[in-house]
Amino acid sequence: MRPELVCPAGTPAALRTAVDAGADAVYCGFQNATNARNFPGLNFTPDELAQGVEYAHARGAKVLLAVNSFPSAGRFGLWRDAVDMGARFGVDAVIVADIGVAAHVAEHHPDLRLHLSVQAAASSPEAIRYYVREFGVKRVVLPRILTIPEIKEVKSEIPCEIETFIFGNHGLMVEGRCSLTNYATGLSTNMDGVCSPAAQVHYDKQPDGSVATRLGDFTIDRFGPHEQAGYPTICKGRYLAPNHEDAYYAFEEPVSLNLARLLPQLIEAGVEAFKIEGRQRSRAYVRQVVGAFRTAVDQVLAGQEPELADLVALTEGQKQTQGAAASKKWR
Amino acid sequence: MAVDMTGKLTLGPILYHWDADQKRDFYARIADEAPVDMVYLGEVICSKRTPFFDTHLPEVIDRLERGGKQVVLASLSEVVIRRERKMMQEFCATDSHEIELNNTAGLYDIDGRPHRVGPLMNVYNEATLKWLADKGATHVTLPNEVPGTVAGKMAQAAADLGVGIEVQVFGRVSLAVSARCYHARAHGRTKDNCLFVCEEDPDGMPLTTVTGQPFLMVNGIQTLSQSYVSLVDEIGAMQDMGIGYFRVMPQVADMVAVTQVFAERIAGGIDGDEGAARLAALDLAAPLSNGFWHGREGHRWFGPQAA
Repeated sequence: MRPELVCPAGTPAALRTAVDAGADAVYCGFQNATNARNFPGLNFTPDELAQGVEYAHARGAKVLLAVNSFPSAGRFGLWRDAVDMGARFGVDAVIVADIGVAAHVAEHHPDLRLHLSVQAAASSPEAIRYYVREFGVKRVVLPRILTIPEIKEVKSEIPCEIETFIFGNHGLMVEGRCSLTNYATGLSTNMDGVCSPAAQVHYDKQPDGSVATRLGDFTIDRFGPHEQAGYPTICKGRYLAPNHEDAYYAFEEPVSLNLARLLPQLIEAGVEAFKIEGRQRSRAYVRQVVGAFRTAVDQVLAGQEPELADLVALTEGQKQTQGAAASKKWR
Repeated sequence: MAVDMTGKLTLGPILYHWDADQKRDFYARIADEAPVDMVYLGEVICSKRTPFFDTHLPEVIDRLERGGKQVVLASLSEVVIRRERKMMQEFCATDSHEIELNNTAGLYDIDGRPHRVGPLMNVYNEATLKWLADKGATHVTLPNEVPGTVAGKMAQAAADLGVGIEVQVFGRVSLAVSARCYHARAHGRTKDNCLFVCEEDPDGMPLTTVTGQPFLMVNGIQTLSQSYVSLVDEIGAMQDMGIGYFRVMPQVADMVAVTQVFAERIAGGIDGDEGAARLAALDLAAPLSNGFWHGREGHRWFGPQAA
């Protein structure tokens, strides 16, 4: 079978770019806390989403609406409205994480396809089957913690499609179960859709020319005068520990996930959809990554060796990893 | 005071890898001396640790029950590999005690039978609460990051559903879990060959910023706050909201003294200021925080006394 290439659309322009570059589906969200990439300058107004759906459908591409954060008590209406609008505009699926939101979709939009977000942290066949049994979920986005043999095993035990991340930012914590950002900034990844909010990011230049990066009150890393200072994300920072006198990457180095070389094995494992992370990235980036993966996936399906040079060039300067997919040793 | 002072004090599960003797001694003292109504028992963080204490569990349960404590068994939080899936299935077949689920796999296995839902599950709103209650949830401990304004609404909804609502009022808060073991990583190992190095850190392994600021604590696959949450002052407001259960988490501290402070506060014997002063006198190993409850940065402390 032909796996779907699911691409990020942080803006209406990125949606058109991704569709034109060969995306089978794009995913996007509204301009509020209802999705897990609630960043200033990103996402869609209702009108923009309606137009985006029209644009994609006219070109044979699907639109998946991410409503994948967790409404806190008293705010459920915003999430309900997001789902209802998506249904009205004819999106092809909604991607949800919260049980209450899933129940709303199942009850009020029984014909709308339901995808389970990675934010639901369904990492076992039982957890996935729960959402299939209760809400009729049609596809699960798997957490980036499984090896390929494990993905294959999960696939054989669940009655729904699977989607896996193949490229982009590589978060280390179980998604949907992380409140590190809230501890430092007062904004919640789960409730507000925010991870490392830019408004609380600081680059403190030191007298010696080095730069300390800070999130809220906490220094996340320090860079030499000639180093490129990375964006401060708590799980990618360097810290001191009792047996580490020099600061070390306690969780993970700032690496980018790239499973391009594993595409044949992922297809063989039964993965139905490949997800590219990066709703916060530029149109140029989206065009290049989507185009390169379109070519690579088509080549694999045609039984050819995939051409990966473009993808390697894209991540130049940024370290790459195959993360958990390649080996249990990652854990 | 005419205020209705009610509520039960609970002791959450030990999240760290204490050795079996340490745990037995700890629970013996809790059974004899700590004024807690309920004790949650079980390994929540790492499936590899469970064999060390499983054989002692019946004895500890017996000891606690003879001390008048209700025992609730708590499940694993991460269920990925075959062994963990099997453990969760067996756990959900428990019929001797109430059980608390910390992973959705358990919701599948329990299939509508009565259960509690733990703080590592995402119960943030009335719709989720109602769904779970309709499917057998009798009691929910709210996620640690939930602010008081939200907790109040949840308590109201829970009262209509006949569900108990619990909030952690003391101890480090869980901030994240991962598939990767950061204790093993700190020692150049992986999860599969960790040699149980987490046992060296009974109150967690501190991570300090490069500027020397205490920040986080590593406990195997879990990351916790460096600070201890303390909501001793806020308990009055929680009682007014209808929150009925208050959870104290085991730390390396005089936990009998800590639970005494909270028990007296719940009973209305002392006010928030006195509670804070009594906690301060215990020389706790970490500063206190209550920012999450006040809808602010979790690490912050809003109170009479900057701890």
